[in-house]
Amino acid sequence: MLEFVNFLAALLLLIAFAMLAQRREFPLINLFALQGLVLSISTFSVAFMTGKNHLYLSAAMTFLLKAIVLPVILRRLVRRLGVQWSTETLLNIPTTMLLGIVLVAFSFNLANPVSRLAGTVTHGTFAIATASVLLAFLMMVTRKRAISQVMAFLAMENGLFFAATSVTYGMPMVVEIGIALDVLVGVFILGIFLFQLAESPDHLDLSHLEKMKAD
Amino acid sequence: MEIGFILGVPLLGGITLAMLGQKAWASALNSLFSFLLLAATAFLVLRFVKHGPFSAFGEQFFIDSLNIFLIALTSLVAFTTSLFSGTYMRREKEEGRLTPGSLHLYHSMFQIFVLTMVLALSSNNLGILWVSMEAATLSTVLLVSLYRTKAGFGAAWNYFILCSVGISQALFGTILLYFSAAQVAGPDEHAILWTHLESIKDSLPPSVVSLAFIFLLVGYGAKAGLVPLHNWLPDAHAEGPTPVSALLSGLLLNVALYAILRVKILVDGALHSNFAGNLMMAFGLLSVVVAAFFLLRQKSLKRLFAYSSIEHVGLMTFAFGLGGVGSMAGLLHMTTHTLAKSAAFFAAGEVIQKAHTQTMGDIRGVIRQIPGAGWGLMFAGLLLAGIPPSGIFLSEFMMLGLSVRQAVWTLPFMLVGLGVGFAAIVWKIQEMVFGEAKATSVSFSAPLVWIHLVLAILLGFYIPPYLLHWYREAAKLLG
Repeated sequence: MLEFVNFLAALLLLIAFAMLAQRREFPLINLFALQGLVLSISTFSVAFMTGKNHLYLSAAMTFLLKAIVLPVILRRLVRRLGVQWSTETLLNIPTTMLLGIVLVAFSFNLANPVSRLAGTVTHGTFAIATASVLLAFLMMVTRKRAISQVMAFLAMENGLFFAATSVTYGMPMVVEIGIALDVLVGVFILGIFLFQLAESPDHLDLSHLEKMKAD
Repeated sequence: MEIGFILGVPLLGGITLAMLGQKAWASALNSLFSFLLLAATAFLVLRFVKHGPFSAFGEQFFIDSLNIFLIALTSLVAFTTSLFSGTYMRREKEEGRLTPGSLHLYHSMFQIFVLTMVLALSSNNLGILWVSMEAATLSTVLLVSLYRTKAGFGAAWNYFILCSVGISQALFGTILLYFSAAQVAGPDEHAILWTHLESIKDSLPPSVVSLAFIFLLVGYGAKAGLVPLHNWLPDAHAEGPTPVSALLSGLLLNVALYAILRVKILVDGALHSNFAGNLMMAFGLLSVVVAAFFLLRQKSLKRLFAYSSIEHVGLMTFAFGLGGVGSMAGLLHMTTHTLAKSAAFFAAGEVIQKAHTQTMGDIRGVIRQIPGAGWGLMFAGLLLAGIPPSGIFLSEFMMLGLSVRQAVWTLPFMLVGLGVGFAAIVWKIQEMVFGEAKATSVSFSAPLVWIHLVLAILLGFYIPPYLLHWYREAAKLLG
């Protein structure tokens, strides 16, 4: 079972890299949904392994929210905003990937003190969770478009969730429900925000917003 | 029971105002709910004074000396801001800058935001503290872009991205903290409760806890507006409606700092060194110095006060980093800065509304046009600059004294920061307040401004025994 969780962790790392490389919005959403699916399977296996009932619930919640509801909302947003094609990144993909590899090495270093203490997981799992968070962060920094940044934010949350389930066998139930609620409300509010943005007289997108920053 | 009330009132308020739709008396209802919250807080304070610290709902919530005065302060400022926003937002609507629809959103989000603040302060669960901090960002994102201008959207986006990324780091830190507690006490539901963590803080693994603190400091520090994570703050303050600026500066920054303090107590216990304090001193000093020089360059009135908030949060962080008497100074500074800063925004809001611009170069002779708001702005500015006698002066004086005794190398930075900040604020505000202008009108914000300012000045002479007792207890806790 532990090997299986490890395998899923490796899969998550691969998906994180794929998201970093993917520049079009629809495939990006598919990858995000896949990440949600892998996450819920891994939560389910941890639940099975430890026999903690609340983890089953959390696995079901993850599946519902991150593999189904959020991708549907995101697809709709992308279609309605009409931004699926043109692509813009600040750095080219190979450079981003190289930076990503550096980040992974860094996370393995960072996770050392934690992994040494943890009786719960093998050395790599927590490091991979850290790496997914940092890779999502890199994605957020290198993307210009608002919707991609939202997805990066959600991917970051996925990484954190994986860290929580694999290292501590999940946060207490109230906290997990609270976090899920925040994520859902957050996407909802961003949806409203992006529509307001698209409906505004000048039809703004994020690259225009950047220039609006004063000192 | 009392905790149920202080959480229930804003929740009910948010739901009622959301359901009600676009009503003319929504702002009155908003003030009513804020008043009820203040009344409920009064009962909470009474109980605390009589019976001391207590927890409720299976230890999920607790009240001690550190959060009781912040809850009281939060309710007070929420109430006065709701009164201010009544007149302010009505004028904005009359002048066509806001639609009834956006007012509807504003009133319901006002209450939800206050709810998240009270929840963050009273929760014993570090996870719920995180959840409510994130909810606080979410409830105010749409308020920052309420005017739907280009700059407003940009500010709201910056605010969302920077705070959400920041707060994700804080979640990471929270997970690490929970993990370290689970190592010691076993992975049960209570391991994330602050009181439980506090009781086992000596045996928490130092390496993980210090890692957790770095993430938590960066995360909540972004929310508190510490340099170099402060970028969202001036934009969000300048582009949103003025009552929202008052709420962000008066409540949100305090609560973010409060979250850092809670964690600092745990880290100090685990590490037995001043690791957390030193980090906080460094971040604090950097914020003070950087903000002071940015203050000099500001052309817009609300941005001026926003940078002044960064400076003051820096001062508080520095003071808490010093520890001991410094913590006392920090707590006093939190109280008086909140009072003075929201007063400053009230006066500034009215001035901006009258002048139809927030560019300071175009505002002249406020004292002749709206004497009430003019004097209010002048005195709020003087207080924020740290002129004696006031609570702000007292705490800054304490900080300077401590920095001489405990860490002399910080003194030049402090003096430069305070001096430059003082000059920038006083110089810019007196230019606006005095000068040529004609017609006069009565100020609506003046009474509120003076209530806040008089309180802040009085705290420089006399701290009520209960408050002093709370400060002492909290400072003891903070070490």
